[in-house]
Amino acid sequence: MDRNDLLEIKEKELASRKKFTLRCCMAAGCVSSNAEAVKARLEKTVADLGLANEIEVRRVGCMRLCCEGPLVQADPQVALFERVTPESAMTIVGALNGGPASVSKADPHHPFFTKQLSIVLANSGVVDPERIESYIAADGYLALHDALTEMTPREVVDAMVKSGLRGRGGAGFPTGLKWGTVAKSPGAKKYVICNADEGDPGAFMDRSVLESDPHSILEGMAVAAYAVGADQGFIYVRAEYPLAISRLQTAIKQAKQFGVLGSGIFASPFNFTVDIRIGAGAFVCGEETALMSSVEGRRGTPRPRPPFPAESGLWNCPTLINNVETFANVPAIIRKGAEWFASIGTAKSKGTKVFALAGKITNTGLIEVPMGTPLRTIVEEMGGGAPDGGKIKAVQTGGPSGGCVPAEALDTPVDYESLTKLGSIMGSGGMIVMDDSTQMVDVARFFMEFCMDESCGKCIPCRAGTVQMHSLLTKIIQRKATARDLATLEELCDMVKHTSLCGLGQTAPNPTLSTLRFFRKEYEALLQPEALGGHASGAEAKLPVAT
Amino acid sequence: MLEHASGDKRFKMLEVHMKKHQQRHDALIEVLHKAQELFGYLEDDLLLFIAAKLALPPSRVYGVATFYHFFTLKPKGEHTCVVCMGTACYVKGADKVIAAVQDAVKVKPGETTANNKLSLLTARCIGACGIAPAVVYDGTVTPRQTPEAAVERIRKWM
Repeated sequence: MDRNDLLEIKEKELASRKKFTLRCCMAAGCVSSNAEAVKARLEKTVADLGLANEIEVRRVGCMRLCCEGPLVQADPQVALFERVTPESAMTIVGALNGGPASVSKADPHHPFFTKQLSIVLANSGVVDPERIESYIAADGYLALHDALTEMTPREVVDAMVKSGLRGRGGAGFPTGLKWGTVAKSPGAKKYVICNADEGDPGAFMDRSVLESDPHSILEGMAVAAYAVGADQGFIYVRAEYPLAISRLQTAIKQAKQFGVLGSGIFASPFNFTVDIRIGAGAFVCGEETALMSSVEGRRGTPRPRPPFPAESGLWNCPTLINNVETFANVPAIIRKGAEWFASIGTAKSKGTKVFALAGKITNTGLIEVPMGTPLRTIVEEMGGGAPDGGKIKAVQTGGPSGGCVPAEALDTPVDYESLTKLGSIMGSGGMIVMDDSTQMVDVARFFMEFCMDESCGKCIPCRAGTVQMHSLLTKIIQRKATARDLATLEELCDMVKHTSLCGLGQTAPNPTLSTLRFFRKEYEALLQPEALGGHASGAEAKLPVAT
Repeated sequence: MLEHASGDKRFKMLEVHMKKHQQRHDALIEVLHKAQELFGYLEDDLLLFIAAKLALPPSRVYGVATFYHFFTLKPKGEHTCVVCMGTACYVKGADKVIAAVQDAVKVKPGETTANNKLSLLTARCIGACGIAPAVVYDGTVTPRQTPEAAVERIRKWM
């Protein structure tokens, strides 16, 4: 396999394209809305009408507007059909020739589509995730080829540094710096791990990328492995994502067949194999040291850092761990150049970010926007605001480790620093919109319950602290708490935040702290006045109830 | 090599799987996944079998099996109903769905009905946030569930 072979596959693939294409979204959201049957019926209709030479029915990944699935895009540029049913197949085929379709069309000029800028999702909804040829036709594996044959590992690391790419898993650590550290760490054996343990409830960006464009992850990992000197990779993916797992398995098999994974890739001395490790439902395994412990087949408990995985990770070897979206950015950066990437976004947050927009919002689905886009643009323009005339109250980012950004702060640009300043975090990209029917104390308790259940139990501040904070929040909701309880809650938040071993405990108080900061009145409205003397339980019951 | 005394073919299949991983200790989670797929749940005898075959202390196998939510040490009912309790589903009323189901079948999440027909479970987020609230009936993800629709669906199984 060399560059010409890649280009030849691309040519052949493009030459086989037909006059019309019906791209059917086959990502998990649409599949659970009956997309399989829609695709089968479209294929049958095309065959029955004898139009197989003119129309291609293609399986593709996510086409973003998940709430209106199953989605079918009719090309060239006819329309994006929403909520397609098998019965409407005939009219959709007819629409290719200008006929009326019996299902509604999405408005391509809606900000939901026009404000997107696709780097990570560039192939999503375009290539067939189960055919490597389709990925190669979109210039797939060219970046790996060029890195291996035209760049030294050092130059690849430098390109990552220059691009300004930062970790998309949430913390925003500079990717180039991390790669450089692993590359410099001594050791004959090194590993690359892709963290696909997307545990934040409300986040589904990584799932979509894995289901829609699995080869981009493999290519990104291979480039990383070359840069740091690793020959073995692992993808740690959640068991809850069966479709993503199966597409990854298919992708790895095809990549091996085509010689873009394995030994002597592109006739260079570089070898790289990738294995899948399936998680088993533990949120803490998103933390890198816990994840490595799980890859080694143990309980997923974190350990203190340093040593950082870059120096001593999997089986005590230097290990590079990056998130799915981080790896998905890599091929484009190599292909189009670090300067191009660095020209997108803000001074300190480069490139784009994919968000999973969900909750009380009209348009739910996936969006990819340049860093620095104001939250208001995302939520009100692209998302279309709250449905049914509701009013947006807050936007939750970062899941159980993040916080709630109140409606007043919607003009905040999304970048790592601005969100941190508001007491939230960028997180992996879950963005849940809440309207005025949502009680913020309930939300705080919801996340605390999550952290309490998911605490691995290794360190006491997290194990015991989350239980105590949860019971205090419950007490507040049951209107049995006093101002003193609230003070205790705040004290505990501070203690757990500063003394827990890993990120789970350190960030567990965030949803509570941020709702306390912006919606303190909701807490205070639930408080009871202090009992006189503090212990007369009989007298306490007779005190007037604050409303 | 010792055979499992029961002569159950599934043990043989599990052994083949372990061999595929060369009995490596780091494949323990993969092996447990396979075991649960074959047997439906992980009973003590099965965990001891895995421990012996992988040459691991039973405490390590038990420790791993009980650490992860995905593994279950109790048999499941004939059907499963998994209500997603992710944030998006939660703000769109998953709490009402689970309350209605709980009320209809009189079991709590994580339990199985007395007639062994249904196991009620919750999930932390199945990533189907675009179609919230989602419920998984016997492995099929179903979008936009209401309490009424969920109860109607599981009544058919009872």
